[in-house]
Amino acid sequence: MEQTVEYAHATGALSGIWLLVAIPLASAAILLLLGKRADKWGHWLGVVAVAASFVLGLVFFFSLRGLDAEARSAELSLWDFIAVGNLHVDFGLLFDPLSGVFVLLITGVGSLIHLYAVGYMEHDPGRRKFFGYFNLFVAAMLLLVLGNNYVMLYFGWEGVGLASYLLISFWYNRPSAATAGKKAFLMNRVGDAGLAIGIFVMFATLGTTQYDEVFGNVSALTSTTVLILGLLLLIGAAGKSGQFPLHAWLPDAMEGPTPVSALIHAATMVTAGVYLIARSHAIFTANTVLQTVVVSVGALTLLMGCIIGAAKDDIKRVLAWSTVSQIGYMFLGVGLGGGAYALAIIHLLAHGFFKANMFLGAGSVMHGMHDQVDIRRFGGLRKYMKWTWLTFMMGWLAIIGIPPLSGFFSKEPIIAAAFERGDWTSWLYGMAALLGAGLTAFYMTRLFVLTFHGPERYTDDNKHPHESPFIMTVPLMLLALGSIGAGWLMSTSVPGWLEPVFGAEEAPHEAVLSHTLITILSLVVTVLGAGLAWALFRNGTALAPQPAGVVVTAARRNLYTDAINEAVFERPGIYLTRALVFLDNKGIDGLVNGIAAGIGGTSGRLRRMQTGFVRSYALSMLTGAVLVVGAFLAIQLGWLA
Amino acid sequence: MGDLKLPGIDYGALMPMLILFGAACVGILIEVFVPRRSRHVIQLSFAFLAVVASFVAVVVQHNTRKITIGGAVAVDGPTLFLQGSILALGLVSLMLIGERSIERGGPFVSQAAITVGSQKDLKQAGDQPGATEVYPLTIFALGGMLLFVAANDLLTMFIALEVFSLPLYLLCALARRRRLLSQEAALKYFLLGSYASAFFLFGVALIYGFAGGISLSQVHDAVADPQRSQVLLYGGMALIAMGLLFKAALAPFHVWTPDVYQGAPTPVTALMAACTKVAAFGALLRVLYVAFDGVRWDYQPVLGTIAVLTMFVGAVLAITQTDMKRLLAYSSIANAGYLLVGVLALNEEGLSSTMFYLVAYGFSVLAAFGIVTLVRDADGEATHLARWAGLGRKSPLFAAAFTFILLAFAGIPLTSGFTSKFAVFGAAIEGGQTWLVVFGVITSMLLAFPYLRVVVLLWLSEPNESTPTVSIPGFLTSAALVIGVVATLALGVVPAPLIDLSRDAAQFVR
Repeated sequence: MEQTVEYAHATGALSGIWLLVAIPLASAAILLLLGKRADKWGHWLGVVAVAASFVLGLVFFFSLRGLDAEARSAELSLWDFIAVGNLHVDFGLLFDPLSGVFVLLITGVGSLIHLYAVGYMEHDPGRRKFFGYFNLFVAAMLLLVLGNNYVMLYFGWEGVGLASYLLISFWYNRPSAATAGKKAFLMNRVGDAGLAIGIFVMFATLGTTQYDEVFGNVSALTSTTVLILGLLLLIGAAGKSGQFPLHAWLPDAMEGPTPVSALIHAATMVTAGVYLIARSHAIFTANTVLQTVVVSVGALTLLMGCIIGAAKDDIKRVLAWSTVSQIGYMFLGVGLGGGAYALAIIHLLAHGFFKANMFLGAGSVMHGMHDQVDIRRFGGLRKYMKWTWLTFMMGWLAIIGIPPLSGFFSKEPIIAAAFERGDWTSWLYGMAALLGAGLTAFYMTRLFVLTFHGPERYTDDNKHPHESPFIMTVPLMLLALGSIGAGWLMSTSVPGWLEPVFGAEEAPHEAVLSHTLITILSLVVTVLGAGLAWALFRNGTALAPQPAGVVVTAARRNLYTDAINEAVFERPGIYLTRALVFLDNKGIDGLVNGIAAGIGGTSGRLRRMQTGFVRSYALSMLTGAVLVVGAFLAIQLGWLA
Repeated sequence: MGDLKLPGIDYGALMPMLILFGAACVGILIEVFVPRRSRHVIQLSFAFLAVVASFVAVVVQHNTRKITIGGAVAVDGPTLFLQGSILALGLVSLMLIGERSIERGGPFVSQAAITVGSQKDLKQAGDQPGATEVYPLTIFALGGMLLFVAANDLLTMFIALEVFSLPLYLLCALARRRRLLSQEAALKYFLLGSYASAFFLFGVALIYGFAGGISLSQVHDAVADPQRSQVLLYGGMALIAMGLLFKAALAPFHVWTPDVYQGAPTPVTALMAACTKVAAFGALLRVLYVAFDGVRWDYQPVLGTIAVLTMFVGAVLAITQTDMKRLLAYSSIANAGYLLVGVLALNEEGLSSTMFYLVAYGFSVLAAFGIVTLVRDADGEATHLARWAGLGRKSPLFAAAFTFILLAFAGIPLTSGFTSKFAVFGAAIEGGQTWLVVFGVITSMLLAFPYLRVVVLLWLSEPNESTPTVSIPGFLTSAALVIGVVATLALGVVPAPLIDLSRDAAQFVR
């Protein structure tokens, strides 16, 4: 199924798509450059900038909708970004149905979270800086999804990485936050290196990095090249999206302020990997091995996320592992290919809503509980925080997939699609997805019940929980509405909308189980998981972690992935570093210092020849003259030459 | 009696030199007839006027390509480019020389002949206005330099050499502060300069014996004739080259440079570092490219060795210097080595890149010495490096400008130091002299150390009570600094116009 890819030039209103990136970028520049002078109003500027981008995004979205289905794309080449030899890279943007929905997600959810952050960060002296970084993130993220070539994507990719680093370590005077930022940065470097090498391979084999030219010429590549290229892109995607084996940074990233966790590490940035794979679908569908790898990564990560999430006590970490797991579903979707691309995107959008909703809810809980994060010390909060409770409940019901909330419409089709893969692997991936649904229901219910229901288990300094101000609860309510309605709305409209990008849906393979049966099964495991958790935790839990069996201990320790990372990468890395430092100190520095000392000594000795006496100067000139004349004569007489 | 045939004289082509020599003579008359109080202003403005007029004359002549007054003077592309460079750099030097607001009476003493250290000397050094003879002397020197780069026979070249050297010897002795050092420097310069001139003259005599004539084209023709005495040729060429290498401060004929640069009044040092270098290399280029073109493969290895030696001596000795002026002197020696690398490319690119380098380096070095004149304490300029510690805290603006100039010397991109080094090294590689470029790059690395050490000293050291203040420069010094820094930046960012100009000019007439 080779499709030629052609993008229409941006015309009319769509020629202004650069504003989407420029507005938040300008706002970030103002906030960061003006310094303290902007402290009073800076946060509002930040909110307005993102909201303006959202409004523009809507305008562009509807202009795009007004076009014919085949012509729904707008490419805007701003200037020649890089022109070296054969390499020509446009500073170009592309607004098509896929980037359109991402723009709406980023700016829409982004606006709500910005608004929330005005309240959440109210007492933080660095609020202006926070909004500067936040705007920078939005600008970079929009650039990432709006670029019309891989270099622009990489530009945005690094930009969000930077913003993420700055925001995770926002409270840099906390050692844990500084370490988490560093960890995120380092692990992302691994992924980024993969993506960068992938782009190099693309240029080396295809001579271009423009989307249309790359996708149009993939069929000319050998299967091995496609596999290598795809795997490199996958490394990049796994790094940014917290997928196995590069997932360990994401839960630690929760050290950042909660709005950051909600926007960057749940709703938008971490889904960039899904975007990358969906955008590169022409590459990924061209090689079945590649697809199998993506599906396996997704399935493995989704199960890991669930298992670890069930054993964690930190409210944000549970949500973070849940994010890891939900993105696993999305990877599963994009790996399945065909119609599942659209399903993955739907799940991504729905997840953006309900996960942002729950993160902000968690932030609201922490706000009312003096930054307590241990769910063992919550309980019964529903009495004190009516709105938080209610909105969080919507998020909870959505993520575990209770109809008619959004998760049901977005996750269940992915499970069904996994069962439709076509051979014995249908069973493997299908059952993994199904099991994941049950586990998700279990750990999310545990989180919800321990936080909002059951007996109060507060620490002494937390006797008086209180509800958050309106500026925080209003975004919660809006996001809760999204959690309720978005899934159904999108499952009916998005597949058709994305058809110009992903191509028409192929006839699915023979399903190993009927769709109805899968729906029933997934509802059953969900109810089972949730019911079990409710039964176990309805009366609260111990105030501290109890001794547990092998599985729980392993889950508490992140299934030993950190230990493996440490043993396989960190320690050899440290030894290598030490060896290199030793070599550098003794060998290279020794050589360099030796030479320097030698030159210094020479200089000191030569200096003494500069006696200040004219007679010795004249002598040295005479010597020089004799040597020069001698050399010339020697050459002339053939002694030297 | 045969007819005495007068050679044809193209006054237009000679106009730049005629203007300066005339102006210098008038300057002496001004010294005699104008009352002491108003002499300074009149002399300064007159000198400016003369240099500008001469520059205009050069610009007017820009298409002239001819040999005139019986083959004594060649006015061609390189002549005009180098004359223009000398005049532009000379104008900026004049600004530094003419500055009177930093110190009462300026950097020059009025009566240098009074015994140093006597009561009378203390009095005049303290409060009398400085000598105004410096202006005619400077103009004479500049005029001599113009003739030096235009000289088309060896005797004219020798006369030009003396015409610009003698005023410089005098100027060196006129420092208001540290007079003994200044006079010692002048005497050293004079003795060694005469010594080198004698070598030069002896070389001219040998070449006359070899070629039967002294004009460069005669020498060129004679070189092509294998019947003539090769010993005379090589002996003469070596001695002539030595005389020129002395003026250009190339090792081992550089020994005078640190002492003289340190002892001379700083504006005169600036004049020597910028303009003398242009003149010396201009003459060297002409002699090597026009007269001795035929034996280029023979002199190339010898002069190449000298270039390497010079770069190493300049770079290595700069490392242990403790005096700013001496540090800049060694830097100037090393730069002479880089210039010789460009010269030894022996192609058109080598000629044009060397000329570009001369201009770029001239402006940077003027700015550097301009800043040296500003860092002062009660005893005048504070040139010891230790005194510069922490200057960045006290006067960030000047420290930043000086840092920029040092980075230019070190050849950091976006400065003229980078583009000019790139140009000469590129030309040398094209000319097959890669080995010189290898040494050039190695010594550039060595040289980065003393420069960066000063930068570290300026910015990362705490100022102490012995850190001198930076005087507020008067209009003239400010203008000189701005011109120097802006030229360093501009030639680093958009070097193309000047490089094109130097390429267009890179053709000698013979």
